[in-house]
Amino acid sequence: MADGPVADVLLRRLEAADGGLDSAELAAELGVEHQAVVGAVKSLQALGEIIEAELRSTKRWELTAEGEEIAREGSHEARVFRSVPPEGLAQSELMRLPSGKVGFSKAMSNKWIRVDKSAADGPRVFRVVDSMEDDVQRRLQLVRGGQAEKLAEKERSELRKRKLLTEVTLKTYWVSKGSAFSTSVSKQEAELSPEMISSGSWRDRPFKPYNFSAHGVLPDSGHLHPLLKVRTQFRQIFLEMGFTEMPTDNFIESSFWNFDALFQPQQHPARDQHDTFFLQDPAEALQLPMDYVHRVKRTHSQGGYGSQGYKYTWKLDEARKNLLRTHTTAASARALYRLARKKPFTPIKYFSIDRVFRNETLDATHLAEFHQIEGVVADHGLTLGHLMGVLREFFTKLGITQLRFKPAYNPYTEPSMEVFSYHQGLKKWVEVGNSGLFRPEMLLPMGLPENVSVIAWGLSLERQREPPVPRP
Amino acid sequence: MPTVSVKRDLLFKALGRTYTDEEFDELCFEFGLELDEITSEKEIISKEQGDKKAEGASDVVLYKIDVPANRYDLLCLEGLVRGLQVFKERIKAPLYKRVMPNGEIQKLIITEETAKIRPYAVAAVLRNIKFTKDRYDSFIELQEKLHQNICRKRALVAIGAHDLDSLSGPFTFTAKRPSDIKFKPLSKTKEYTACELMNIYKTDNHLKHYLHIIENKPLYPVIYDSNGVILSMPPIINGNHSKITLNTRNVFIECTGTDFTKAKIVLDIIVTMFSEYCENQFTVEAAEVVFPNGKSYTFPELAYRKEMVRADLINKKVGIRETPENLAKLLTRMCLKSEVIGDGNQIEIEIPPTRADIIHACDIVEDAAIAYGYNNIQMTLPKTYTIANQFPLNKLTELLRHDMAAAGFTEALTFALCSQEDIADKLGVDISATKAVHISNPKTAEFQVARTTLLPGLLKTIAANRKMPLPLKLFEISDIVVKDSSRDVGARNYRHLCAVYYNKNPGFEIIHGLLDRIMQLLDVPPGEKKGGYVIKASEGRRQCLSSLEGSIEKLKMGQRTCPNSL
Repeated sequence: MADGPVADVLLRRLEAADGGLDSAELAAELGVEHQAVVGAVKSLQALGEIIEAELRSTKRWELTAEGEEIAREGSHEARVFRSVPPEGLAQSELMRLPSGKVGFSKAMSNKWIRVDKSAADGPRVFRVVDSMEDDVQRRLQLVRGGQAEKLAEKERSELRKRKLLTEVTLKTYWVSKGSAFSTSVSKQEAELSPEMISSGSWRDRPFKPYNFSAHGVLPDSGHLHPLLKVRTQFRQIFLEMGFTEMPTDNFIESSFWNFDALFQPQQHPARDQHDTFFLQDPAEALQLPMDYVHRVKRTHSQGGYGSQGYKYTWKLDEARKNLLRTHTTAASARALYRLARKKPFTPIKYFSIDRVFRNETLDATHLAEFHQIEGVVADHGLTLGHLMGVLREFFTKLGITQLRFKPAYNPYTEPSMEVFSYHQGLKKWVEVGNSGLFRPEMLLPMGLPENVSVIAWGLSLERQREPPVPRP
Repeated sequence: MPTVSVKRDLLFKALGRTYTDEEFDELCFEFGLELDEITSEKEIISKEQGDKKAEGASDVVLYKIDVPANRYDLLCLEGLVRGLQVFKERIKAPLYKRVMPNGEIQKLIITEETAKIRPYAVAAVLRNIKFTKDRYDSFIELQEKLHQNICRKRALVAIGAHDLDSLSGPFTFTAKRPSDIKFKPLSKTKEYTACELMNIYKTDNHLKHYLHIIENKPLYPVIYDSNGVILSMPPIINGNHSKITLNTRNVFIECTGTDFTKAKIVLDIIVTMFSEYCENQFTVEAAEVVFPNGKSYTFPELAYRKEMVRADLINKKVGIRETPENLAKLLTRMCLKSEVIGDGNQIEIEIPPTRADIIHACDIVEDAAIAYGYNNIQMTLPKTYTIANQFPLNKLTELLRHDMAAAGFTEALTFALCSQEDIADKLGVDISATKAVHISNPKTAEFQVARTTLLPGLLKTIAANRKMPLPLKLFEISDIVVKDSSRDVGARNYRHLCAVYYNKNPGFEIIHGLLDRIMQLLDVPPGEKKGGYVIKASEGRRQCLSSLEGSIEKLKMGQRTCPNSL
């Protein structure tokens, strides 16, 4: 038994045939879809050397639907010509005909008709010649009659441009007998069934070999978001390095914690409406730690703690303004303030990864919200060398080993350094993070001891790739 | 970060040597600058407006250099060259001097009308200056850079430079009704009143950004000379009469503003940069400013300040071991003239008027580190011993995320900001019932509110993935925001879990099953009895969706309260 009736017929015809047969011709003779014959060929091929099939492709010209119409009724230009009576026709009327618009310009360029623009009641169309030859129709009829080869290449391509002809490629098989040709082939079993085992029939049945080049069926499963998988990896790295996670579950911040506490002056461009989302409701923070606020105010406006200050009029109203935090450093400031209030001072390592917001219009390179990764270490006597050492360990865990540091400016860190790593693909140094020692003007008003330094660095999660998977 | 664009060949000529692009990039990096782009005027025009427009434009090579936002002394070729030459010890930092004029001092008198709009002014004179085309362009460009940065788009300070020989002092800085101010402004051929000018400049791509500073004030600031010639109408435009040209020899500079400190800094920067081209290099002629209270001050301040920093403090902050003498040398290379004094551990540092960014010892420490070379510093690990803790809410989130994915749901990451419609109308809820936090200055409707539910984000994710094979099973665990007057800022986050099942059949039992699984994981039993969970239909939200959302924060383990709703 073979695979269905078509395969049976194919084998019988092939037995009788001299040499081989064409799949398309067979389909036409049997009155079935070509695809059905192709299916039979494929299933017979899978059985081994029963048949041999050679793929052949033939090109054929066919009329499009519009081409069929023209072969039947004449080209648009011919139809336009025919509808113009000897006494002429108003152009506006001609344009209303089904073939009017397309046919008019073509008939004009063939010089079959002309327009008299000075006619009394608007432009009028007249015949120029008495009769004409409708070449387009004639050529299309040739193609329909299977004589496309009689047309010149140029003529065919012109008709194709007018979307009247298309070239179709037909893939057919030339089928011939294989080395193990037989008309009585039995179907191979695809799977072992309980019945075969119980009846013992499996011993005599032929089994289909596995097709290892096919794709497997992917398991049904849920997935974690790729970016959040990277977040998990970063959390892991911080935890491995002994960093404690800071609470950052407050998207809404007051300008005070987001800017003022960080010694970022009130006229700083980041505090502009263009850069930061401010809130209409609730527009202002309800409570601020007023003792601390006064120390911050004094540091900004007059200086102190060894600083000249910014020497401007610091306004409480400005500090009260609520916003969507522009960096998680606002949360770090809160954490450091809590730390400063705990006596005696204990060294800490903190980290956070969470959303921050900037007033941007979305496009391919700008997001209004993204994730910031931040690390903070506070201890007695920390140095710039310590910051670089911690950064080296951190980035090594990310698989980034070539680092260099560039002096930079941040309002709340001094010294500040941008971290660059060498990008093998881009063949240049690219910035991967920003870092520094928090300014004393930020730390001392919080109440942290004077000899305590705080090193910190930040990077954007969206710019990170997944760290490399370690191989055992 | 401001970007300064300088002609490469001019820069190399001033530096006294040439560099390859790589060498110069390296030098910038070391000094804390960034060679952002190598281009030409032609390239810029062709990039912005097409090759046609660029024809005939100059193809002189330009370096675009990013300068740190607090280094106003590096915003022009003159400053960059001076900074780099001192850094490379090819020259000594110049000493800027204020001198009294031989004749009468130029006076600027401030009247009290300015108090409500632009109360401060400072002034100075650059005497016997020699401009060339390049110097002149740089002078104009520096003013523009200062306007854009420290001057906060002219709101805090506006600069006016005038040909002193075309004017006669004393000058008066006052404020008048716009209709009473009439003059011929820069690059116009006739006189206009201030009202007319404000209208004309509404369509001026450059000036329209500054109009708002004075537009709605009853009086506009204006500066006259003793003959009633208008020098400028700050912060908008100067008069054409006193326009400086390549032939100008004596320049009167005025800075007016609302921030006195910044006005003084801006004036100091301009005169220190361009006094280089005066006959007596680096000397600036003083001008007197008389305030409405009758007090008079002399500008520019050009103040040198002495700071004392212990060498071991610098070593300790940077993590290096340099002798005090070496540290003093390093600082001197940063234009901070330093010497060792006292017990041999004290360094006395002179802060020049160009370095307004030095406001604390930590700024001096940074300069020492830069001169030492950041990349020469030995990396070490701090000995800080700490035990790591996860934030409990995030720990629970991490655990749940993995179990949600294991249950066959795929994680989405959606925006925390959305439109009012997303959280209200589209869900059949009134916006006032959402307790949503509203943003006052969104640029688009997509960012009107912070989300109060995760559902809209997941629905948008589905909408964007309709071509994917069904079913879609999505979840997100993230924060929503609502107003809460018990919090210091008046709002708080809640950590929500939301899941959606999307298919041709409703599949309620699937989302129900997911809830049962979550509760099983959290060890919350089903049932009415204490500590159990029950499902109730939620009000308001249309029940045509298989979704679940609730706050995992309220699911405190001990209390076993369950706010989950379906």
